[in-house]
Amino acid sequence: MPQRLLGTVTVDVDAEGFMTDFSQWTREVATAIAKEEGIAELTPVHWKVIEFMHKEFQEIGQVPSIRKLNKSGVISTKELYDLFPGGPAKKAAKIAGMKKPEGCV
Amino acid sequence: MKRLVILGAGTGGTVMANLLRKRLRRADWAITVVDRDNEHYYQPGFLFVPFGFYAKKDIVKPRSKFLPRGVEFIVAEIDRINPAANEVVFQDGSNLPYDFLIVATGAEIVPSETPGMLDGWRNTIFDFYTPDGATALAEKLKNFPGGTIVVHINETPIKCPVAPLEFAFFCDWCLVRHHKRDKIELVYVTPLPGAFTKPVASKALGSLLEEKRVRMVTDFNAERIDAAARKLVGYDGREVPYDLLVTVPTNMGSEMIERSGMGNEFRFLPTDPNTLRSKKYENIFAIGDATDLLSSKAGSVAHFQSEILAENVERAIAGKPLAEEFDGHANCFVETGRGKAILIDFNYEVEPLPGRFPFPVIGPMPLLKPSRINHLGKLAFRWIYWNMMLKGRPIPFIPNRMKMAGKKRPAPAPGKTK
Repeated sequence: MPQRLLGTVTVDVDAEGFMTDFSQWTREVATAIAKEEGIAELTPVHWKVIEFMHKEFQEIGQVPSIRKLNKSGVISTKELYDLFPGGPAKKAAKIAGMKKPEGCV
Repeated sequence: MKRLVILGAGTGGTVMANLLRKRLRRADWAITVVDRDNEHYYQPGFLFVPFGFYAKKDIVKPRSKFLPRGVEFIVAEIDRINPAANEVVFQDGSNLPYDFLIVATGAEIVPSETPGMLDGWRNTIFDFYTPDGATALAEKLKNFPGGTIVVHINETPIKCPVAPLEFAFFCDWCLVRHHKRDKIELVYVTPLPGAFTKPVASKALGSLLEEKRVRMVTDFNAERIDAAARKLVGYDGREVPYDLLVTVPTNMGSEMIERSGMGNEFRFLPTDPNTLRSKKYENIFAIGDATDLLSSKAGSVAHFQSEILAENVERAIAGKPLAEEFDGHANCFVETGRGKAILIDFNYEVEPLPGRFPFPVIGPMPLLKPSRINHLGKLAFRWIYWNMMLKGRPIPFIPNRMKMAGKKRPAPAPGKTK
């Protein structure tokens, strides 16, 4: 299992850099992953998204879809793309210390 | 007398009616099936309509013809399920009580989910997931003068995730045969990072697109469509111009699920991935596209689920623990054009891999590789669908749970550790 040093903490990650053990996640780790993903600073809105993702995962056991985030009124899809440029679903999950969102096949 | 109600007489609902009529004593259990119409479409046939291989009449039969004796069939619009009262409420206000319920209401395209999509609907924007859409597209393609055809997936999950790929392959093949390929650019636009979700198949299918000169635009999520200017506009600012847009709009479950307050954000029913029981209601089960499972939305999946679900309905009736048997098994023929097709066989855990199917070495069908016999398999499947699958008969040599025999895992790339 590969490991990475993020900030001052060492965490377990998979081949694509997604954390595999959520208990190792801290806000400091999140900030460090965000920097690597090109997000210089996590604003309160970023944190709101991350907290919602954690809550959803605890309740439902799945990383929420973009549609779910939009529909729950947390954030519009457009804002989500502005906050997590590139692939918001993947990027937000990575920063939140969650596994890669599973696509359906 | 107790009553089992099945909502939907598509692939899953029809198979369940056939299997359960055999398992449940007629003296004890009435079975009622409800659908909004009496037209059963062979949905894998939609792909063939735009290219003139099939017409609408070749792929439709009455739903009632495939339901067994001893099953009541009601054609009516459902307003909602009232799980607290164990009843289905129809739009005319009447209701139907149930002891057990199976939700088999499938998935449908919802073009209104994307701003601007309906502005160009059936003018420069077409779907091939409905009989009318596929028929209208056939007309359009016949008279298409040239330009850019964009094949587009709006959002995942979609029914038959390989269908848009097949559409692109068929398009290339038809244009080549009519000596029009050089006048037309083909573009494949997907929200996924590649041609398919899983790496091995994504690579194989991606190189086929390349071989057929189909340009891929990946990780593209459409914010809106500018139908007047004929372009897709992505959330990230990218734009993809088209002359003809063949889109797979957002797929969602039945509106009835939403009216019942039972769906997720896609109106799919939260369902246990292994037992197929509703996560919330002990006497409600679901099959096929109507579920929120991560398995493919495809007829083969409903078929593989059906035996397991029949067993579990019987166990639930008897108050026994359910079998956690369903493994996400899917099996799909992917038409690649020029008289060939690829076969893929996979489940929740195992991605589509190369090899031979259904028997190791002798096959006769190769996995993940275009071949003539796979194409013949796909054509033969229409007969198998109407005559075997809907009646709940097992398909020879193809078990409900996926088998590893015959499949080959690719060697890991050097330098990478697993």
